[in-house]
Amino acid sequence: MDITEFYQTFFEEADELLAEMEQLLLGLDIDAPDNEHLNAIFRAAHSIKGGAATFGFAALTDTTHLLENLLDRARHREIRLRKEMIDAFLETKDVLQEQLSAYRAGDEPDPEMVARICAVLQQLAQEENASQPGAGAPAAAPLPAASVAPAVPLPASDTPQLRVRFSKVSESDRKLLSVELENLGEVVAQTHTDDSLTLWLETSCQPDDIIAVCCFVIDLDQIDIVQEAKAVAAPLAAMETLQPLPAVATVTPITAAPSTAKAAAAAVAPAAAKESSSIRVDVEKVDQIINLVGELVITQSMLAQTAATLDPVLHERLLNGMGQLERNARDLQESVMSIRMMQMDYVFSRFPRLVRDLTDKLGKQVQLVTFGKATELDKSLIERIIDPLTHLVRNSLDHGIEKPERRLAAGKDAVGQLLLSAQHQGGNIVIEVSDDGAGLDRERILAKAIQQGMPASEAMSDDEVWQLIFAPGFSTAEKITDVSGRGVGMDVVKRNIQEMGGHVEIASRQGNGTTTRIVLPLTLAILDGMSVKVGHEVYILPLNYVIESLQPRAEDIHAVSNEEQVLHVRGEYLPLTELHRVFEVADARTDPTQGIVVILHGEGKRFALLVDQLVGQHQVVVKNLETNYRKVPGISAATILGDGSVALIVDVAALQRANREKAPLLAAA
Amino acid sequence: MVNDHNRLGSGQDDPEGQKFLVFTLGSEEYGIDILKVQEIRDYEAVTRIAHAPAFIKGVTNLRGIIVPIVDLRIKFRLENIQYNQQSVVIILNVAQRVVGILVDGVSDVLTLSRDEIKPAPEFGANLSAEYLSGLGTVEQRMLILIDIEKLMCSPDMALFEVAEAA
Repeated sequence: MDITEFYQTFFEEADELLAEMEQLLLGLDIDAPDNEHLNAIFRAAHSIKGGAATFGFAALTDTTHLLENLLDRARHREIRLRKEMIDAFLETKDVLQEQLSAYRAGDEPDPEMVARICAVLQQLAQEENASQPGAGAPAAAPLPAASVAPAVPLPASDTPQLRVRFSKVSESDRKLLSVELENLGEVVAQTHTDDSLTLWLETSCQPDDIIAVCCFVIDLDQIDIVQEAKAVAAPLAAMETLQPLPAVATVTPITAAPSTAKAAAAAVAPAAAKESSSIRVDVEKVDQIINLVGELVITQSMLAQTAATLDPVLHERLLNGMGQLERNARDLQESVMSIRMMQMDYVFSRFPRLVRDLTDKLGKQVQLVTFGKATELDKSLIERIIDPLTHLVRNSLDHGIEKPERRLAAGKDAVGQLLLSAQHQGGNIVIEVSDDGAGLDRERILAKAIQQGMPASEAMSDDEVWQLIFAPGFSTAEKITDVSGRGVGMDVVKRNIQEMGGHVEIASRQGNGTTTRIVLPLTLAILDGMSVKVGHEVYILPLNYVIESLQPRAEDIHAVSNEEQVLHVRGEYLPLTELHRVFEVADARTDPTQGIVVILHGEGKRFALLVDQLVGQHQVVVKNLETNYRKVPGISAATILGDGSVALIVDVAALQRANREKAPLLAAA
Repeated sequence: MVNDHNRLGSGQDDPEGQKFLVFTLGSEEYGIDILKVQEIRDYEAVTRIAHAPAFIKGVTNLRGIIVPIVDLRIKFRLENIQYNQQSVVIILNVAQRVVGILVDGVSDVLTLSRDEIKPAPEFGANLSAEYLSGLGTVEQRMLILIDIEKLMCSPDMALFEVAEAA
C-alpha cells in the first residue's frame, strides 16, 4: 500500500475544509462570535493539520498549527477577535490554498510566503499575549514557545507518552502502522501478538491526530490509545497547557465509551459525516452513465416504434411491457440526470469573500443577500457561470453601488444592497445580480458609444442602449481601477452566456440600481424538442423557445422588401424566417401558406419560422456536434431519433440574432 | 493474393514493415495507416449539414456517437461518383476524433517495407504532396499512401475548428 494513494482524498477534503473555514470566518460576528462556529473553524484547521502531518507536508502543518493555536485560544475566549485577526485568518486560508495547490502539483510551497504568514500569525499571538496579561495568564506562558517552533519535537522529558494498541490487524498492516507512527513521534517500545500491536510512542501529536492517521489503514474501533504519564517531571496540568487538547480527546481510553469515540472522530474529520451520505465519483463516469442511459432511451423508442405496428390484441403483453419499459427508462434518465445537478450555493458561496475584499478596497459598504441557493443547475453549466457572475458582481461593486457619502446625499442607506438570486422558470434557470446603486447612465453610454464610432443615436430605446455595453471594448468608467473598467468584460460575459445556450438582459433605472438577468437552460444534456420537417429533413426546435404554431393565411404575409417578409399575428408583425432558406433545403415547400409557421421567442424578441410540417414532440438527448466535427452556424447540437438517424437541433438564439442584425447566418455565427 | 497474405503474416516480424489498409477511389488504389482505422461499415443515409463543403456528406450515428462522413471521391474531384453496394465507410480515429471516409471499396491489407515506399512527386492542388507519405509498389500495383491524419486535420478539410486542428 502506498500512502500517496490517499493524497488526492486529502487534497479534496482539505479544499472543502478550507472553503468551509472561509465561509464560517466570513459569517462570524466579531463582537459576539458563536461558539459552534468557532469550534467548527478550529476543527477545520485541526483536520487539515492532522492530514498534512500524516503526509509530511511540513509547511502546511506549520501554518495550520499556528492558525489552530490562535483559533483554539479564540474559542476558549482567551483572546478577543478583531477585524484584523479575521483578515489575517482569511489571508492564511488563501496561503493554505496556495500551499495545497503547490503540494498537489508536486512542488514545495514558496518558503517566503509560508514564513511571512507564519510571522503574521505569531505577531498576532504575541500581541494578544502582551495585551491580555491577566486574562490569558495560564495559557500565555507556554504558547509563544509552542507557536514559534511548532514542528520541532519538544524535549523528551516533556513529551507525553502514549500507549497505542491496535487489535485485529494483519501483519502487513502492523508494519505499515508502525512506520506511520514512527513518522509521528519516537517509538519507545513495541510488542505484538498474532493479531495485535502495541506501541509506546513519545509524541507531541494528540491522540485524535494519531487516530486520524491510522483510520486510513484500519477502523476506528481497532485503535486504543492511552496516555501514560511517563515523566514525573511533567505534571498533567503542564501538559494540558502545552497542548490545548479538545476536551474529548483527553478522555482515555477512547474506545471505552462509544459516544466519546464518535465525538473524537467527528472532531478529527467533520467530512466523515458527509462521507456516509455521499461518495466521490469521477464526472466522466457519471457522463458515461448518462450517455448509456441516453442510448437506452433511444433503443427503447426504436423498439416502441416497431412495436406500434403490431396488432395490439395479439401482442397485448408485449405492448404492456413496452409501456413499462418506457416509464422505467424515463425515470432512470431523470434520476441519472439529477446526479449532475449541483446547487447554486456552489457558486454563491464564493461571493461573500469577494464582496468583503472589494468593499474594503473601494471604501464602500455593501450587504450581500443571496436567494435561491438550493436551486439546482447542471454541473458543466455551474462551473462556467462562475466567471461571468464574478464579473457582474465586480461591476456592481465598482460602478454600481456608490460610496457611502454619495448614497447618503442621494437619500439612500449608506449600506448598499447587492442581491444574488437564482430560480427556476420553466425549463430555464434565471440568475440575477442586482444592486441598488447609481444605475446605468444613458447619456454617458450613448456619448461614449458615439465617440467610439458605434451605431448609436438618441432615438434608441433604453434596452437598446443597455445592449451597447456588451460591445467589445466598451467601458464608461472614467478611470481604470484594478477592480474593473478595462472595457474587457461585458462582451465576454455575453459571449460566455451565449455559448452556454443562454442570454443576458439588463434592467436599470438611473439612481435606483441595475439588475442583470442571466437566463440559462437547466441542463445541456437533454431537452424537450419539437421536431419539424423541411423537405425530407428533420430538425429539432427546443420547446422552450416555441410559443405556438399556426398555418398562415396569404393575407397575413406581407413582403417588406425582396428578401424580407413579415407575418401578421393578432395585431403584431413578426419577421418571417424560412427554415429551408436558412439551411438551403432544396425540396421544401416555399409557399408559406402551404407550410406551418412556428412562433419562437429568443432574447425577448419574437419571430416566425416557416417549416413544412410538424412531426411531434419528444425529449431528446443532446449530442455535441463539435466532439467529432465543428460548430455549424444555426445549429446548436445534434440528436439521434427513434429510427437511429441523426437530427440537428436548431440554434434559435442564433437565428434570432441573424434576424435582428439583418446579417446572413454565416457571418453571425 | 496468396503472396499478399504471406506478406501480412511476415509483417509482424519485420520491424521495418508498416501495415496499410488499401481502398479504391475510382481506378486508383490508396493506402492508409491501419492503426488509424477503427472499423469499416456500410454507407448508410447521413444527415446533411447546411453550408458545409460538398465533400462533407453529413453526419451519421455510430452507436450513439455523431460522426461526420467525408466523401473522399468528391474531395479528390473524381468523376462518375456512384453510391452502390461497394461503397463503404472507413471509420478513422484521428486527432482524438472519430471521422468516417466514404470510398469506392476496401480491397486489402498490405505490409510495406521501407524500401517499397518511394517519395511522392508533386501533385496538383487536389491532393498536395504534403498529405502523401509516399507511393508504394506491390507487384506492379501502385499504392498512393496518404497521411490520413494530416489530411483530415488540414484546414481546407474544414472538419474541425481551425484552432483545434492546429
